[in-house]
Amino acid sequence: MLYTFIALVENKPGVLNRVASLFRRRNFNIESLAVGRTEKPDISRMTVVVDCPNGDYDAHKIEANLYKLVNVIDVQDVTHQPSVTRDLALIKVMVGPEKRAEVNSLAEIFRARIVDVAADSVIVEITGTEDKIEGMIELLRPTGIIEMVRTGQVSMTRGVNDGVRRVQQGAVGNRYENEYEDMAEMAP
Amino acid sequence: MKKTGAEIMWECVVREGVEVVFGYPGGANMPIYDAMLSYPIHHVLVRHEQGGAHMADGYARASGKVGMAMGTSGPGATNLVTGIATAMMDSVPVVFVTGQVAAHLIGGDAFQEVDVTGITLPITKHNYLVTRADQIAEVVREAFYIARSGRPGPVLIDICKNAQVEQCEFVYPETVKLPGYQPVAHAQKDMLDHAVKLIEKAQRPIILCGHGVLASKAEEILMNFAVKTQTPVASTLLGLGAFPASHDLSLGMMGMHGEVHTNLAIQNSDLILAFGMRFDDRVTGTLKTYAPRAKKIHIEIDPSEVHKNVAVDVPLVGDLKTVLTDLVPLVDEYDHDEWLKEIRDWKAEADARSIMNWPNDDKLYVPHLIADIWKATGGNAIMTTDVGQHQMWTAQYYALDKPNRWLTSGGAGTMGFGLPSAIGAWFAHKDQEIWAIAGDGGFQMTAAELTTAVQENANVKVAIMNNSFLGMVRQWQEFFFEKRYSAVNMLSPDFVKLAEAHGVPARRVTKREEIDEAIAWARSIKGPTVIEFRVEQEDAVYPMVPAGAALDQMLQRPLKESGN
Repeated sequence: MLYTFIALVENKPGVLNRVASLFRRRNFNIESLAVGRTEKPDISRMTVVVDCPNGDYDAHKIEANLYKLVNVIDVQDVTHQPSVTRDLALIKVMVGPEKRAEVNSLAEIFRARIVDVAADSVIVEITGTEDKIEGMIELLRPTGIIEMVRTGQVSMTRGVNDGVRRVQQGAVGNRYENEYEDMAEMAP
Repeated sequence: MKKTGAEIMWECVVREGVEVVFGYPGGANMPIYDAMLSYPIHHVLVRHEQGGAHMADGYARASGKVGMAMGTSGPGATNLVTGIATAMMDSVPVVFVTGQVAAHLIGGDAFQEVDVTGITLPITKHNYLVTRADQIAEVVREAFYIARSGRPGPVLIDICKNAQVEQCEFVYPETVKLPGYQPVAHAQKDMLDHAVKLIEKAQRPIILCGHGVLASKAEEILMNFAVKTQTPVASTLLGLGAFPASHDLSLGMMGMHGEVHTNLAIQNSDLILAFGMRFDDRVTGTLKTYAPRAKKIHIEIDPSEVHKNVAVDVPLVGDLKTVLTDLVPLVDEYDHDEWLKEIRDWKAEADARSIMNWPNDDKLYVPHLIADIWKATGGNAIMTTDVGQHQMWTAQYYALDKPNRWLTSGGAGTMGFGLPSAIGAWFAHKDQEIWAIAGDGGFQMTAAELTTAVQENANVKVAIMNNSFLGMVRQWQEFFFEKRYSAVNMLSPDFVKLAEAHGVPARRVTKREEIDEAIAWARSIKGPTVIEFRVEQEDAVYPMVPAGAALDQMLQRPLKESGN
C-alpha cells in the first residue's frame, strides 16, 4: 500500500541526496518525491510517497530511519489523515486548429487550463489528485500526447491536525499508537 | 583573531580532548599537517590508512573517548573506507578528517579527487564537505558531538585544500545547533509501566546484554537490575565484558557460536530483556522460531532498531543507563531459582563435551591456547582479534570480568582488525597488557602495521593462530559444502622472519608444552612481540548454529574418541 510522509528537513546542500540514498540503502521503493521551500527559509519540505508492503511496520521503519539523518527535523505520516493532496502536470498534446475546441472543452471539465498554443500543439496544465490527472491523461491519449511532465505529489493535512508521528524528535521514543500488544504479530 | 582553516581545525580538535591522531599525509591535507606541528597532538604515522582507521577505532573502544584518523584525498580517503564501515557497524565514535581538492576544482576530476562524502554517506553517522575556512569551527564541533552522543558512530569531515589555507576570524562555537538531532534520554513513562508488569509476570526471564551497555556505560546499573530481579545475563559478541563472566548470573555468549545453555535459555525463556542490542542474524538464528514463548522488552537508543528484526512487546527508546536507572526502582525483588537451576543443568550437560576436558594429544588447539593466555594474564588483558575461528574461540575462552577490554569487529566482520586496533588501544591504556589474537589470513591483511608498532614502541603482543587455512570458511566448506575446499589453503610467509624483519622479536610454538614459556617470554619484553602458534589445522568452532537454523539446533563438538 502507498503511504504518504511529510518530512521537514534543513535547507542545506546534499540533504535530498541523503534522503534518496537512505531509501535506496534500506530498500524502500519511492513512488514520488517532491521537495520545495517552506515559509521558513532554512527549512525545506518533502512529500514522499512510498510503497509499504508491510503496512505500518514499514511506515515505522521509514520514519525511524529518516530521523537517523541529522538534517531531518520532523516526519509525519499523513496517509490516513484528512489532507489536501495535489500533483501538477503539463501535457503537450498534438492537436491542430480543427480539434482545439475539443481539447479545450475537455480541459474545462477537468478545470485544467491551456497555457500554450502552437500551430500543431497545445500545452494543458492540470492540477489535482493523482486520480484526476490520470483520468485526464487517459482521455487525452487518443488525441496524441507528445510529452508530459509531473511535479510529484505534495500534501498538507486539513485544519489543525497533524499526521501520525510514530517516532518523535527528542521527545518520545517509539511506539505504535496504543498498539504495542499487537506488535508481536506484525513482524514480516 | 584571524587563523587559517587548518589552525582552526586543530584549535577545535584539541578542545575536544584529542591527544593522538592516526593518519597519513598527502597533497590535499598538507596544510593540516603543517599546522599540526604547533599543537599538542601526537601523530601516529600508519602504513596504510585502513590501519589508521582501525587504530582510531581501537583507541575509541578501549578509552570510551572519540578516536581520530586522517587521510589525504582520493586513495587516502578510499583506503579509510573499510575502517569507517567497521566503526559504523559497531557504533564506535571516530572522527575522520580527509583532505579534498580545492573547492573550485570539485567535480572536475582533479588529481586525487574522489567524491568522499558520496562514498561514505551510507557508512557514516553523518559527514561534511567543507569548502570554506569559516565553516570549520562549527563543523568540527558538531562532528565530535554527533560521533559521541546518542548511538555513537563515525563522522567524516572532508576539507577542501583552499579551506585549510584561507584565513578567517576564529570564534569557538560554545554550543551546537542541530535542530534535527536530539538524542532521547528517558523512555516514556507508560512504556516503563508496561515493562514492569511483564517483569512481574515472568518466570523465565533472560537479559540479552549488547554493546549498548558499554556505549552507555551502564555496567553498574545492569548489575543492579540483574541481581535485584535475579535474571541471568547472556551477552552478544560485542557486549562481552559488560557483565562479569565470573558472576553467578552470567551465561556468557549467545548466538551462532554461543554457549549451548545460553541459547537454550533464550529459546525457553518467557521474557527477553534486550539491553542495547539489535537482534542481529548472528544471535537469533532463524527468526521464525526465535524465542517463541518470550515477551520482549527492548531498551534501545536508536528507534530504527526497534522492531527491525524482531517485533517487541515493549520498546523503551532512550539512553540505556538512564532508562535502567528509571526502571530499577520500579521493579520488585524476585528469585528465579528453578529457572536458574534448569539453565545450570543444561550447562553441565554441555560442559561434558568441552574441549577443555580433553587429555593432551600433542596437538595445539586454539581453545587451550586462549585459556592459557587467560591464565597468564589473569583475565585482565585488553584482547583484540581479527575475524574468524580464532575470534570466536577468544570470545568463548577469554572470559572477561571487566568492560572495554574486548575489541573485535562484530557487525562488519573485518579481517585485519586485530593488530591495528591493539596499537590504538595501547595509546588509550599504555599501562595495560594488550594481546592481538590474529589469524594467519587476517594478520596478512594489515601486517605492515608491525612497523608502526615498532616506530611507536607500542607494547602489543601479537599471537598468530596459524592453521594454514582460512579457518572459518574452511569450516563452512567442511560442514555445508561436503568438504570441497575452495580457495582456503593458505601459504603464509615465515611469520617469525617477517616479524624480525620489522624489528619485532618473534617466536614459533608448535607444541602445547611450549605455550606457557612463550607467553611468559612475550610478557617479559617491553614493546611489540609476535608468537606464531602452529595450531591444529582442521579444528572447528563449536557449538555452531548453522546459518538459517533455529537457535537451539546447535552442532556440538563430537565426543573425543580416544579420550572419555
